Amino acid sequence: MPFIPHTEEEISQMLEVIGIDSTEALFDEIPSHLRTSGLDGIPEGMTEMEISRLMHKRASQNTDAVCFIGAGAYEHHIPAAVWQLTTRGEYYTAYTPYQAEASQGTLQLTYEFQSMMTALTDMDVSNASLYDGASALAEAVLMAIRGNRKSKSRKVLIPRTVHPTYRKTTETIVTGQNIDLLEVDYDLAAGTVQLDALKQAATDAGGDITAVVIQQPNFFGALEDIDAITDWAHENRILVISITNPLSLAVLKPPGQWGSENTGVDIACGDGQPLGAPMSCGGPYYGFLCSTSALVRQMPGRIVGRTIDVDGKEGFVLTLQAREQHIRRSKATSNICTNQGLVVTASTIHMAILGPEGLENTAAACHANTTSLVAQLTDIDGVRYAFSSPYFHEAVLVLDQPVTAVLEALAERGILGGYDLGAEYPELGNALLVCATELRSEEDINAYQAALEAALDVETRQKEIA
Amino acid sequence: MLIHEHSKPGRKGAPQAPVSKADLSDIPSNLLRQDSAALPEVSEMQAVRHYTRLSQKNFAIDTHFYPLGSCTMKYNPRACNSLAQLPGFLSQHPLTPDELNQGYLACMHELQLMLCEAMGMAAFSLAPMAGAQGEFAGIAMIDAYHKANDDDGRKEILVPDAAHGTNPATATMCGFNVREIPTLDNGDVDIDALQQAVGPQTAGLMLTNPSTLGVFERQIEKIADIVHAVGGLLYYDGANLNAILGKIRPGDMGFDVIHTNLHKTFSTPHGGGGPGSGAVGVAERLIPFLPLPLVSQDNAGYHLVKEQDAPQSIGRLSAFMGNAGVLIRAYVYMRLLGRDGMARVSEFATLNANYMMAEARRRGFELAIPDRRASHEFIITLKREASELHVTAMDFAKRLLDLGYHAPTTYFPLLVPECLLIEPTESEAKEALDGFMDALEQIRQEAESNPEVVTTAPHTLPVKRLDEVRAARQLDLAWKPEA
Repeated sequence: MPFIPHTEEEISQMLEVIGIDSTEALFDEIPSHLRTSGLDGIPEGMTEMEISRLMHKRASQNTDAVCFIGAGAYEHHIPAAVWQLTTRGEYYTAYTPYQAEASQGTLQLTYEFQSMMTALTDMDVSNASLYDGASALAEAVLMAIRGNRKSKSRKVLIPRTVHPTYRKTTETIVTGQNIDLLEVDYDLAAGTVQLDALKQAATDAGGDITAVVIQQPNFFGALEDIDAITDWAHENRILVISITNPLSLAVLKPPGQWGSENTGVDIACGDGQPLGAPMSCGGPYYGFLCSTSALVRQMPGRIVGRTIDVDGKEGFVLTLQAREQHIRRSKATSNICTNQGLVVTASTIHMAILGPEGLENTAAACHANTTSLVAQLTDIDGVRYAFSSPYFHEAVLVLDQPVTAVLEALAERGILGGYDLGAEYPELGNALLVCATELRSEEDINAYQAALEAALDVETRQKEIA
Repeated sequence: MLIHEHSKPGRKGAPQAPVSKADLSDIPSNLLRQDSAALPEVSEMQAVRHYTRLSQKNFAIDTHFYPLGSCTMKYNPRACNSLAQLPGFLSQHPLTPDELNQGYLACMHELQLMLCEAMGMAAFSLAPMAGAQGEFAGIAMIDAYHKANDDDGRKEILVPDAAHGTNPATATMCGFNVREIPTLDNGDVDIDALQQAVGPQTAGLMLTNPSTLGVFERQIEKIADIVHAVGGLLYYDGANLNAILGKIRPGDMGFDVIHTNLHKTFSTPHGGGGPGSGAVGVAERLIPFLPLPLVSQDNAGYHLVKEQDAPQSIGRLSAFMGNAGVLIRAYVYMRLLGRDGMARVSEFATLNANYMMAEARRRGFELAIPDRRASHEFIITLKREASELHVTAMDFAKRLLDLGYHAPTTYFPLLVPECLLIEPTESEAKEALDGFMDALEQIRQEAESNPEVVTTAPHTLPVKRLDEVRAARQLDLAWKPEA
């Protein structure tokens, strides 16, 4: 009887108070012919010892190869204190802070999170999180449609340098609302979207564009010309939505300062995973969403505000709830209610412990390691860097052989060599997206170089197969 | 005191990052940050102490009885957490090739199958990251199904007026018009009104059963017939599955699509507001529309279904695997329970709720629906106390906090005035339930003899009642450094 405290005596007492003979009578309003006879397809229960043995076995079936994959999820050092604190029962087993007086811990922490995100992005306001970066982009697009009252077109420009699954997720989520997501191609030599291409796309679409999305660094790791694009968009009353890796913002120009006059974007979103969330097979991460003050009432999701109690003492509450589904129902800004509170808790503690210098040094080390990796790998015959643009901590390499077989050969040598771009970007040929975070040591990078050299050597590989 | 107020310029944290800053001069300077982000500069111990102290300002399941109606605040077994945090899961990149990720995929495939069996559905997708996203996926599938049948005129989703706010918000997000269906005083859907409302414009009906009024919808078969007869589909909101787990399955009631809240029924942590998980299940005819990723199995092992093999899928809802770590926790919980444990969950959740309801009646509280069996939750209405004593449900809720109980859900469902929606869950012992009822009774006595102690509560928490109007009017949403 797992996790049920009742003794036989208590059960009898309770049934007597209810006035029934057995717990079966509790279900007497359910039509009996619909009742379940037994869940035969579900195994018998296990003890904690048994499930523990099973899960250790399952965990050991996953690879322990050294990871050079990025593509939206990054392996970073997380201080031990972060998840030890986060999994304290007081955070782990609390719920959405509906009773503010009994939830000041979560509420204050969320306010601190919002403060840290506005500092990193240099935006005015932040919400308390969305599900992940991809769904945050979808919400940012919907927010821009609501917020840009000067545009009637409901057309949004999205360069193909934006993460492919972010684009797909956005398509899924906004598809019911008559919004046109217009893909804009990138420059094959630069690996970035060109301003001329955006201008052309806007003209082709009839001129009236509601918003433009820019990812920096873009999916290829390359750095876009953010100032020129932001200036052009704002001259044409187009809202700018940025997608950024929040760790990169410790060293890269924050969205709140994009534009030649540092005017900034209108909506800044992205995935918070690099700030304290382990890769964990793909989640849970969290999406962040920041904006200018002008757009705060269009924001989806929870927002925490600082206020005072009846004695004038500082305290924190959920605020601007009139935007939300439990008040506005069908007229809400979004259907979101639960978000990613626990991951936000970890991320807030992570940022507090690393501090501005720790984040800057981490970000710079990622850049330096990826630069070393690219230099060493492109030293090998048949490997070159794909683009002319500068990059942050990911880069596209082009090989002289199909990527799939090379990645398999690398995996046999204990290296997860990167993300194969073939399916999404066939025009790039044998293209591979690689990443080296601050965790990749010189030894790791040397090992990758040696493994790639061997993997690309067809004779070696054939010998192995034989 | 904010973490920012512990900050001193130049104070270093622990060695948690490279000690010096690598060269960035190959990046053009107009793309670099010129200032330093205004983040706190504190020692590691200051951070640890600050966030430990903050945690102590929370009520949580681990510290308090938390009978928040419709939220299923049951015990979250610690094994689920520690096993999900094994390095083999935690350090796995989401784009790891399937053949190197078999341990994780095996768990996910089994989780899909167990959910199918427990819910009576043909297939499940674990993609949605919360209940609301599960609802979105469900309604998007209904839309895709009708469109695939060239049935484009179905623009309306029916929602009972007792429904969660997410239901109408979701329908709107998917591009539908929402029509509300009234509920009878006994808690059942008004069948005549439903019969009047359906037609060729009906895409589907969203229903929570048992409803948010804490009763089982007895006419469910009739409702299913009415909606299906006009070509609509039936959507099941899984918020209240804890009431029926192992007793009756949504698929057997006639539902075509369902979302589950793994963070409710299957005990993954609520985490101060997420992460949740809203896995969606469907009947046979909706399988092609399920969101990705899906896990399949063949002789070679477990695989993620490729996009080209699911051309009618509504698509992706997240960048990767949804809330993967939450799914592992739910998997562990389901394996711990097993088939018999699942039926016991609903049995004891329902026993606790009906016991508390009987106690509430015995102690003279007015019940919203007095003549029905409670599901896993029930409603007290304090309209008499509000009108005669001028002590509201909100006042009761705040005073409960003083007495060491998290408040029930208040003012929801919207149909019942001055209500407390009380959901004890199966994991609470009888003495906790009795203690809570004693507290309610004490508060009613105070409301009669000394109402001010109730109307000005709480008195013993870190803060007293907070000025929400000020919070909304004088927006202070982030700490900013002094200019």
